[in-house]
Amino acid sequence: MSSKVLVVADHDGSKLNAGTARAVKAASTVPGAEVHVLVLAADGAAVAAAAAELAGVSKVLVANRAENTHLMAAVLAPQVVEIAAGYTHVFGPSSSFGKDLMPRVAALLGVGQVSDLMSVEGTHTFKRPIYAGNAIITVESPADQKVVVTVRTASFEAAATGGSAAIEAVSTSAALPSHTRFVGVQSAKSDRPDLQSAAKVVSGGRALGSKEQFSLVFGLADQMGAAVGASRAAVDAGYAPNELQVGQTGKIIAPELYLAVGISGAIQHLTGIKDAKTIVAINKDPEAPIFEVADIALVADLFVAVPELQAALKAG
Amino acid sequence: MRRILVGIKRVVDYSVRVRVKPDGTGVALDGVKMSINPFDEIALEEALRIKERGEADEVVAISIGTDDTQQQLRTALAMGADRALLVKSDEAVDPLTAAQVFTAMAKAEDARLVIVGKQAIDDDANQTGQMLAALWDRPQATFASKVEIIGDMLRVTREVDAGLETLEVDLPAVITVDLRLNEPRYVKLPDIMKAKKKPLEVKSFADYGVAPTQRLKATHYAAPATRSKGIVVKDVAELVDALKKKGLV
Repeated sequence: MSSKVLVVADHDGSKLNAGTARAVKAASTVPGAEVHVLVLAADGAAVAAAAAELAGVSKVLVANRAENTHLMAAVLAPQVVEIAAGYTHVFGPSSSFGKDLMPRVAALLGVGQVSDLMSVEGTHTFKRPIYAGNAIITVESPADQKVVVTVRTASFEAAATGGSAAIEAVSTSAALPSHTRFVGVQSAKSDRPDLQSAAKVVSGGRALGSKEQFSLVFGLADQMGAAVGASRAAVDAGYAPNELQVGQTGKIIAPELYLAVGISGAIQHLTGIKDAKTIVAINKDPEAPIFEVADIALVADLFVAVPELQAALKAG
Repeated sequence: MRRILVGIKRVVDYSVRVRVKPDGTGVALDGVKMSINPFDEIALEEALRIKERGEADEVVAISIGTDDTQQQLRTALAMGADRALLVKSDEAVDPLTAAQVFTAMAKAEDARLVIVGKQAIDDDANQTGQMLAALWDRPQATFASKVEIIGDMLRVTREVDAGLETLEVDLPAVITVDLRLNEPRYVKLPDIMKAKKKPLEVKSFADYGVAPTQRLKATHYAAPATRSKGIVVKDVAELVDALKKKGLV
């Protein structure tokens, strides 16, 4: 039996979220898969056009409904279930969007979900992390049931662009609930690279000591063209906003360079960065667990080392 | 009665570094410290605060697990839950089974609100709350960092990738909690004594009409790939050289 994979697109109404291209890549590793992308939106034309360019996608479905202006799981799930009828697999990225939506879809379908897919081993065999990444489990899902998956995006490259899939409008008749209403979203607008997809990330921990001093991390990141991340301790202490948290319960990332400043490296943090190509750690405690995973380690007071690093980078 | 159900899962304590058994059949759990899933503690704390504000009448801690799970439910009672329900299971249950049990409990208890942790730190699935909301056909407000009850609805701030999103949902509803919603209280000794007298009922899957099913079969456990040992640089100049060599600056 051939596999048909439906990838639910994460987007903001106008742009495709970077995680979607990685979920498409993951979907294309399912043996014999035909990959379609589903865009649920009020007006999904721009997002669909972007999805159609992703390599490996053979068709993009656009479900335009006024109720899809803001992406809410309770409203989207019945539509996904309806459209998923002809598919063997339904994939979504492990973004906050996918984590919210996909289990609701799975429950409506009466099937289990493979969370945080790391690799596809067969049409119904998958690997995923448990215990904050301390163990990797291989799971088999029943061959006669639909497979619902969220994709650990750090485990997959983004699908290349240059494709030209057909775009097709689909309509759904599912009754949608009115019990869930969007009020607003508060984002720290910034021109910095997006943490989830940035090639370089500079991340700060509790040792920064205050919100004011955390600006040292922002300054270094800006100089390097990097995104900013933070440890849970730094976010809990209010030094950095929640959307910058990296780790088991925050964002899982795989940049080319991860520069950890004043981060001790709790296991929950390390699980969020272990796919980084190069990890650099600056910490004054030589026993800090971050040094066990660091490719380049500098034992130093960050308040001395970071300004020195900035000066050195400026000098070229 | 305005009743809140709170999901409590017994898990390996967050401070334990779990290791895979050499034969790949599972993880070594003999004798390790067990605790309430930290996210569930936050869920319970929120329920208790809602009750203390006079916006709920009863908080019920609910769980599925072995007899030993009674320890975690007693802790929940000591924190302030009024009573507890345990569906006995010698096997770990999958999130959909847990959601089926919780849905049946929500209906049987006429719950106004069910609060659970956003994920359990053992299987890291992040599914049960969303699945419960789907099966119960009620709203879900996941990854909550702020919860207000306004009449017959909730206003919930959620931690999402873009920042903080606010939703309004009609009650009854399901909330899954994130780390920064609150700081759970410490249990005091007199409360531990009092908790021994609070009702803890042990139930079966059949009581809730659920047949437990493992939909995903675990076939192998492996230790994660380790990173090779890096280099130690003695100062910033050496660091910059090392970064340049890798073409990173």
